Amino acid sequence: MTGAIATVFLTTFLGSTVEAVEMVAIVVGVGATRGWRSTWFGVIAGLAVLVASVVVFGLALGSVPIGPLRLVIGVLLLVFGLQWLRKGIMRVAARRLTGMGISAVTDSERWVGPGVDWTAFVLALKGVLLEGLEIAFIVVSVGLAAREMTAAIVGGTAALVLTAAVGTAFAAAFNRIPRSVLQLVVGILLTTFGTFWSLEGLGVEWPSGDLSILPLLAFYAVIALSYTRIERRRVVAA
Amino acid sequence: MSTALSRVATGVGAFFRFWYGFIVGDDWTVAVAVGAALLITAALNQRGIIAWWVLPLTVVVATAASLRRTPAPRPAG
Repeated sequence: MTGAIATVFLTTFLGSTVEAVEMVAIVVGVGATRGWRSTWFGVIAGLAVLVASVVVFGLALGSVPIGPLRLVIGVLLLVFGLQWLRKGIMRVAARRLTGMGISAVTDSERWVGPGVDWTAFVLALKGVLLEGLEIAFIVVSVGLAAREMTAAIVGGTAALVLTAAVGTAFAAAFNRIPRSVLQLVVGILLTTFGTFWSLEGLGVEWPSGDLSILPLLAFYAVIALSYTRIERRRVVAA
Repeated sequence: MSTALSRVATGVGAFFRFWYGFIVGDDWTVAVAVGAALLITAALNQRGIIAWWVLPLTVVVATAASLRRTPAPRPAG
């Protein structure tokens, strides 16, 4: 492996891993909270649209403006994430950490009706589509710039496969977390990604670029825990 | 024909109910606050003013206000 090929592989692998982690976090969170069947439908639909976009646009994908897409998907994830954040805060305040190993059918947030759970479907589709497109942009732009498209594709694909494998292993652990806590965690994640993407879509620059996601996540987690404590006091006082 | 029309009307109604629930949910003030924060952020950003903090701050305030309006959750038995 020459130096140029190794550099392209590493660049696309690391860049794509960041995006793939975001994708897998959303999919695993939604699947564990709402149920897996409709989440998988959303993942498959997202991948289908993604593959179709890559096939149709090909190398021109790098010139597609991603800003408006980030804004729309970011805002939708944010407003929905805030609903789960509020519900998660109230449920954790009411139940604390009870519900360990709670059955899927007794959980009010799980989809138990017939047909497709469109909420899980749409959330999974959006996460896969946006992050998948970002991975495609990284692969196309780095591959074209270095004229090493094969190494770029291998790097992006390896990142996606590896992260998906880790996420699948992680999904089993998620099933042991109380649903109320899971809803709070996924609410924090969706609110974080939604805030980050919608502002990126508006063209706002974050102080530390992509790394700003981590302090933003920590900030929302601290706020959520503080609000849970306040709500817990209301529960005890009621 | 009327059955087909009523099916279409049901489908359209379900479509809008789904998106209303997805975007607005049980507290419309949060969605409005997020929309207003995005408009303010866009306006500030266009004038070259650092504006990334507006949306997180709005999230904190709107969530607190929404929780305060909601009756205290009942403890699980």
